[in-house]
Amino acid sequence: MAQLTFREAVAAALEQEMARDESVVLLGEDVGSGGVFKTTAGLKDRFGAARVWDTPISEQAIAGAAMGAAAAGLRPVAEIMFSDFYATCWDQIANEIAKACYMTGGQLTMPLVVRGTNGGGLGFGAQHSQSVENWAMCIPGIKIVSPSTPDDMWGLLAASIRDDEPVLVFEHKALFGTKAERPTGDHLVGLGEAARRRAGDDVTLVGLARTVGMCEQAADALGGDGVTADVLDLRCLVPLDAAAVLASARRTGRVVIVEENPGQLGWGAGVAAILAEEAFDDLRAPIVRVSGGNVPLPVAAAMEAEVTPSAEKVAAAARGLLEGRIPAATTARA
Amino acid sequence: MLRIRQFETKLDVLYRQGRVRGPAHLGLGQEAIAVGVAAALGPGDASLGTYRGHAHALARGASEEAVLRELLGRVGGVCGGKGGSMHITSVEHGYYGSYAIVGGHIPTAVGMAWASRIRGDGGVTACFFGDGTTNIGAFHEAVNLAAVWKLPAVFVCENNHYMEYTPIGDVIPVERPAADRAPAYGLEPLVVDGNDVAAVREVARAAVERARRGDGPTLVEATTYRLTGHSVADGGAYRHPDEVSAARARDPLVRLATDLARSGEMTVDQSEALVARVKGEMDALAAHVLAEPAPDAAAAWTGMWSDGSSTWRN
Ligand SMILES: Cc1ncc(C[n+]2csc(CCOP(=O)(O)OP(=O)(O)O)c2C)c(N)n1
Ligand SMILES: [Mg+2]
Repeated sequence: MAQLTFREAVAAALEQEMARDESVVLLGEDVGSGGVFKTTAGLKDRFGAARVWDTPISEQAIAGAAMGAAAAGLRPVAEIMFSDFYATCWDQIANEIAKACYMTGGQLTMPLVVRGTNGGGLGFGAQHSQSVENWAMCIPGIKIVSPSTPDDMWGLLAASIRDDEPVLVFEHKALFGTKAERPTGDHLVGLGEAARRRAGDDVTLVGLARTVGMCEQAADALGGDGVTADVLDLRCLVPLDAAAVLASARRTGRVVIVEENPGQLGWGAGVAAILAEEAFDDLRAPIVRVSGGNVPLPVAAAMEAEVTPSAEKVAAAARGLLEGRIPAATTARA
Repeated sequence: MLRIRQFETKLDVLYRQGRVRGPAHLGLGQEAIAVGVAAALGPGDASLGTYRGHAHALARGASEEAVLRELLGRVGGVCGGKGGSMHITSVEHGYYGSYAIVGGHIPTAVGMAWASRIRGDGGVTACFFGDGTTNIGAFHEAVNLAAVWKLPAVFVCENNHYMEYTPIGDVIPVERPAADRAPAYGLEPLVVDGNDVAAVREVARAAVERARRGDGPTLVEATTYRLTGHSVADGGAYRHPDEVSAARARDPLVRLATDLARSGEMTVDQSEALVARVKGEMDALAAHVLAEPAPDAAAAWTGMWSDGSSTWRN
């Protein structure tokens, strides 16, 4: 079977949707030459300069132009090279795009996508490594997609482009090289549905993007102890498949949520609150989060690993819950 | 200038050997700007640069060894292993940091200049950034504020003609990224050959004096060329080889050596011997640093707050 990398999946989704709908246009820094991560490779050659627009380093103008083009009926896909740079155009995203439909009483809609590379693990340092899905999660009015597999990268990005709402799609840098079987034909994965990556009864492990692989590895390690873990890949934070998490939690009674952002106020806190409020009676142990540390990300390898979730940390947290104790220092050491 | 050239040349080799974690952006070919401006700054002056900032730190006197330790992930790095290549900082030498969000540091530089004006300490702040950076709002806001408040700042646009892989001409509607924008902020359009270290120093001295006198900021556009890729991971395939070889002919170090030979200050043999000596010193420095241990992983939990701790809750 033909293989597909996570990186190629981005271009595959864009190509599929651009071929299908000529209102889909791309803009971003160096997108014409394929971009720093080569995720838009070949698209300018295929669709031409009228569909693929290289921009200056002007994130506010990029995000704002996407908003305007969407208001005018196009389906723009804007690229913000590193999701850390959302901070430079956060007004456009948080105050303008997210609110346009609501505050105009539905007169404006925002069928746009903003893509950005996200996450750490590669030594890119404090300003190029953050996982910032949680920034967006504070703002009602934006959908949040963060895939973990090449297949989902393709299908979810394609569905995001077809979606009539603004969607931020996070592409984890450390996953670009991962490979899977290439889907055949047109590919689409609906937003808002979690995927079960492992089935189990003793503990639920909830992950997103890179932490899904950590959950899978932890589940394998726990399997060696005779414990079965249910691994859920949320895939989207908005819309959130809360039903899937609640159902699994009710069955296993134990939940470990694994988020790459700092635990101080990660997306996992929101998921944990839902579980506490809606599944309290079925829980047999406290909900635990394994998260990034509450510090900026350092560059030196061992230091970065120290403050990043890992399969070992997830397995240790799950074992703690199964042994009836609250695992120490799973989130950040205070 | 030669030391910086040999330092980064060695770093390039080390990167290719897999010794450098994360990205690194070299300023090979652009050294005369860092060195020329640093020569015009005094010990009480500040400078700030970008992810392409190794030269700027070293030109202010930062320790080669401490910088290399940072770059190679060894204990004793200038930022304690937390910053890496894109955030080299040496405040003790007046170098207030390298910043990796394009344009993000220009308002910061303005704030430092503002503080000098408030305190009347006579300090001047120099801020380096690229040609592509003149397209981000922060640049315009910062230069405008400095001009309106007549702050002692020297803005130095290193025009290497590329914004990553894109020729600057494709993303600006004027010819000169900084000089042609200067009049909008009431500043003189000023272009200097950034490969001529003496010319850079002269322009920088005038700008620093003007700032110290209280006559406000200067925006300098220093034309140059980066001889290698945008980052060490970039082969630079988007540039015509003829363009690169023409730029090599304008290499600021070749030019300096030629000038020195012409004026009789240093013969060709002497300068070649000097290059060989410094190269040997960089090889020795790298070998020494590589033999050092990595910093302790637990240090990641320190130093978020100024008291050295990182706790956020009790
Ligand atoms: C806000 C922001 N947008 C984009 C980037 C990615 N990026 C890093 S360097 C660069 C090009 C900068 O070009 P220029 O200002 O000419 O500086 P040079 O790299 O040539 O020194 C870009 C787009 C970034 N770091 N920050
Ligand atoms: Mg440039």
